[in-house]
Amino acid sequence: MIFPRPRLFGAFQVAGVVLFLALPFIFSGLNFRRSPYVLHLLTTVGLYALLSLSLNVILGFAGMFHMGHAAFFAVGAYITANLNLTYGWSILSTLPVAAGGAGLFALVVATPVIHLRGDYLLIVTIGLVEIVKIALVNDVFGLTGGPNGLIRVGRPEIFGYRITTPRDFFYLIWVAVAISALLFNWLENSRFGRALKYIKEDAVAAEGMGINVTAHKLMAFVIGAAWAGMGGTFFASWMRTISPESFTFGESVVMFTIVILGGSGHQKGVILGAFLVMGLPELFRDFQDKRLLAYGAALVAMMIFRPQGLWPPKPTQYKLPAPFDQKYPKKGEPC
Amino acid sequence: MLSHFFEQIIYGLTVGGVYALIALGYTMVYGVMKLINFAHGELFTLGAFVGFFFLVTLDLGSFWGPVLAISLTVVGVSGITALAGRLLERVAYRPLRDSDRLAAVVSALGASIFLQNLIMVVSGAKYRAFGVDLLPTTFIQFAGQSVPVARLFVFLTAVVTMLLLYVFINNTRFGLAIRAAAIDQGAARLMGVDVNKVIAVVFVIGPALGGLAGLLVGVYYGQINFDMGQLYGLKAFTAAVIGGIGNIPGAMIGGLLLGLLETLGAAYVSGAWKDALSFVALILILVIRPTGILSERVAEKL
Repeated sequence: MIFPRPRLFGAFQVAGVVLFLALPFIFSGLNFRRSPYVLHLLTTVGLYALLSLSLNVILGFAGMFHMGHAAFFAVGAYITANLNLTYGWSILSTLPVAAGGAGLFALVVATPVIHLRGDYLLIVTIGLVEIVKIALVNDVFGLTGGPNGLIRVGRPEIFGYRITTPRDFFYLIWVAVAISALLFNWLENSRFGRALKYIKEDAVAAEGMGINVTAHKLMAFVIGAAWAGMGGTFFASWMRTISPESFTFGESVVMFTIVILGGSGHQKGVILGAFLVMGLPELFRDFQDKRLLAYGAALVAMMIFRPQGLWPPKPTQYKLPAPFDQKYPKKGEPC
Repeated sequence: MLSHFFEQIIYGLTVGGVYALIALGYTMVYGVMKLINFAHGELFTLGAFVGFFFLVTLDLGSFWGPVLAISLTVVGVSGITALAGRLLERVAYRPLRDSDRLAAVVSALGASIFLQNLIMVVSGAKYRAFGVDLLPTTFIQFAGQSVPVARLFVFLTAVVTMLLLYVFINNTRFGLAIRAAAIDQGAARLMGVDVNKVIAVVFVIGPALGGLAGLLVGVYYGQINFDMGQLYGLKAFTAAVIGGIGNIPGAMIGGLLLGLLETLGAAYVSGAWKDALSFVALILILVIRPTGILSERVAEKL
């Protein structure tokens, strides 16, 4: 195998994941009184981890500064809510439509602006999320319910089992996170993912090596957006109420901060970022209104002292197949 | 019908004058440092809140009479926002001057979020009302139309400030240094221009103008809020791009054009979609003519 994938987890990390997934049972075993609250919080962390993993494809792998991810999240959530409320689709059957809709939307809006340089793309995506929010408030096509949003979205069902309790949602979201992380890990090491990283490092050189930079960037955008759309599906059925306030510029900033803070391009780092950004402020409740204050200061400090994030990806090393793996051929040996 | 149209034009120029004032800050910083100063909108908010502090909390007007109070407020607002701008540059931008440009952009964004929430924590999340009419509510007759004096005041203040800046940039030695640093920092340094000083001055003038714009908006609309700078900032940036970012007359023209576009759009197309219209304009201009009206090369194609 020419490109062996890096090992996914160390032993400690496996133990950590198992312990984490067992948390609901540990809580109920201990009769932990605040268990629903903690599970709700951990589910929030999971949802943001999912969204940030999808943003990571755009921002971390391809290096495109995209700060309008909430727009795609919103498209997915509203597609699910509409299909469920108007046509009675089951929640999970709307997943592909939400993904497809968000992806298509991303394709349409990104095609004209994908060539813009970093900071301009950033401004355009901020404009995009504002436009989407205005559209939601103005009840565009009569589909969004205006400022009040849509209420009474249904619950997801898996093989007849209705997902309702905080524990159910904890597992639903974190299983989704795990599946996404595995898929994105595969994507990262695929030809496509390696091409994206090359584009991030040096777009001109990548183009010179025969990579179609525009097409790759667009594809990354569409994949990230589609995933955020599915995040919207989970969000709509979890909250049961969606309104424009959930899809603001501020939400995009939170996702962006998670990726940058955690370690852009590194999935475990991004998940760590989700825990830090969404989880930590909850530990200090009176700190709540100063949350964004801390994010802002953290972004500045990170850029000055540790621009690669808290847990950056290790530089990838590839082992070449046998005849090529010796640095210097021995004397008398053909090289 | 015609008088309605005329009214919209006057209003558009008023709003546009404010956008232009803010846009100047973006464009000057971009010209010299090639950095979008995301925190500029927050300096605008800071200006409005400092003005509120002087005029309402301290109630200077009732002690010293309107003229002295207004001049003191103008000095205070521009001084404090300029100081904040200098501080911003020292803390958030100077350490990143030689690093990756996108790192500086993220830092600017972080500074913007920080400042916005600092204002919120200090002054509270609710709207603040100036309470009294600080600007005259009378009308004057002009070409058979009545024009509110307050609008005229805002527009003229913006125009006079911009003209002063224009003269400073084009007719003084230091203005020459700023223009030189904007074209090529390295070459300017070799010619004996103190680029650090140029950047410092840019970060004094830009924020001061932004702060003044905040004061104008505060006294004109009578109410301010901690996140007002976000929308004004984005729009002013749009104005700067429309005019050609890095280009000082461009920012003025872009601001006025955007103000007109927005008010006419709100009056004749749809009021609810007013803000979306400016962002659509931003996206269109970046796609169709990224150099802006007065051609300054911005968006590099790969």
